[in-house]
Amino acid sequence: MSQSVKSPSMPGRVSRATLFGFLGPAVITLALIGIVPLAFAVWTSMRDYNLTKLARQKFIGFENYVTVLNDGAFWDAMGRTFTLLAIALPMQLIFGLGIALLLHKPGLGFFKTIARLSLVVPMATTYAVVGLLGQVMFNLKYGVVNQLLGFLGLGPFDWLGDPNLAFVTVIFWDVWQWTPFCALVLLAGLTTVPPEIEEAARLETKSWLTILRHVQLPFLVPGLTALLILRTADTLKLFDMVFTMTRGGPGAATEFIALLIQRVGFRAFDQGLASAQAVILLIITIVLSRLYISFFYREVHS
Amino acid sequence: MSVETATGTAATSAPATAHRTAQRERRLWVQILLIALVILFCIFPFYWMVTTSLKTQIVALQSPPAWIFDATTANYTEVLFADGVGYTLMNSLIVAVCTTILAVGLGCPAAYALARFEFRGKKDLWFWFITNRMVSPVVLALPFFLIVRMLGLLDTHIVLILIYLTFNLPIVIWICTDQFRSIPRDLDEAALLEGASQWRIFRSVCLPLAMPGVAVSSIFSFIFSWNELMFALVLTRTYAKTAPAMAVSFMEGYNLPYGKIMATSTLIVIPVIIFALIASKQLVRGLTMGAVK
Repeated sequence: MSQSVKSPSMPGRVSRATLFGFLGPAVITLALIGIVPLAFAVWTSMRDYNLTKLARQKFIGFENYVTVLNDGAFWDAMGRTFTLLAIALPMQLIFGLGIALLLHKPGLGFFKTIARLSLVVPMATTYAVVGLLGQVMFNLKYGVVNQLLGFLGLGPFDWLGDPNLAFVTVIFWDVWQWTPFCALVLLAGLTTVPPEIEEAARLETKSWLTILRHVQLPFLVPGLTALLILRTADTLKLFDMVFTMTRGGPGAATEFIALLIQRVGFRAFDQGLASAQAVILLIITIVLSRLYISFFYREVHS
Repeated sequence: MSVETATGTAATSAPATAHRTAQRERRLWVQILLIALVILFCIFPFYWMVTTSLKTQIVALQSPPAWIFDATTANYTEVLFADGVGYTLMNSLIVAVCTTILAVGLGCPAAYALARFEFRGKKDLWFWFITNRMVSPVVLALPFFLIVRMLGLLDTHIVLILIYLTFNLPIVIWICTDQFRSIPRDLDEAALLEGASQWRIFRSVCLPLAMPGVAVSSIFSFIFSWNELMFALVLTRTYAKTAPAMAVSFMEGYNLPYGKIMATSTLIVIPVIIFALIASKQLVRGLTMGAVK
């Protein structure tokens, strides 16, 4: 409380004024841009707040929340979001692990450096551009994907016109963009295995699967957990790529949760309902963040 | 699987050695082939984007798509000078640079405090910072739009600069807290004994040593702001429109101007890829917020 004792024997104890000087600006800024709008969203969510009839907005309590919780479209969008996560994340982890093991093998120095640099390209590509690229590459008539599949005697497929295929296309891009990230994270994990332990294990067995399970896996756990939680948060946020590629369509086939809220708020102009959806999404996010903290930042608490 | 382990110590006859060399060579080729596939998979969409940007509309609408064609830079001159993409790129640059400077200026002292000082509520503060990274932008986009509209600030740079701080400030704080922690405390304690104030220790002792973290977090902050679409779409119209929002506005009508869209996309993506390659060594650590070193 009033710990203004400043002595070297008590490292880290500083006066309130000093503390405020360091933390104040960041905390106040983040409160103004992060918390005030959220409070406003909660206020909006309790109102009949439609942009087309602003004069008639009135307090309606939790009515919007009841509507959202009973709204099939909301839960469908949630279901789609977690379906995407459940399909894409295992693929990203398996392919990512494969690439990491491939690049972890000794030898081929320069070639592997090129590979590692090319892994950066998908992650760095602007999400909106990935969606635009999707329109170009997966086009029914002019798309290169159908051309390449044609060489194998397949297709042509209406990737963006068919509801199921549109979902597959979103999965494809998600896997394309984030498999390299998984590969790099897992590769970083593999390099933390002490070389002498790995060498000893290689003298014992030639099976890479055994080495992976018993020697390398423990060192991959922090990376795997980080990936699990970051990918969950990012899938809940997913907007740019899908918006520029399918706008949530055809129908509602690729309308993930962020796209649904954006449509209700900015294309149907029902800000009250959209705010209630946003608040519910926020609550889900906070629960997931709590998970994140308890996994990774234990050392901060001590 | 491990039959040949035993033969390793046995007398190595010439045929066996030849057999093993051949096997090793074959494995090496498999590895090379697989790595080449990975590179191809990662690079191909980028290659397709760049080549499409060099096609005229007629070539771009060929079916099946053309792989060999006469390249033209007409799309670039057209989008940059006739369609005003140059102007929106400038807007993106202004917004990304300003928000990065603000994020670093506000975030570094806060990161130092989190790394060095003990105080009540530190845990909650930390949690709050992290939550901001997780929150979906759409949650903030709605109320921000209404507030900004009431204040008459729609379509201004300052609004984007401020709202981008909601994800940039946490990133700077995490990466820099990590960095400040790695600086030995002996240095500040020595300076403290000599009577230096905390602020002076921060500025003259720790901040110079934390520069790698500051640089990396600046690059991340720049990339995230440059890439952002949703807030730009909702909060800008013409005056402060950013390049990604501009690229989207080409997507109207039936016959999309593929060449122009891809030219704009290339202009957006190239700087990001350059920055990301520069920071590629710290990419993993930065994106997992220090969970993986």
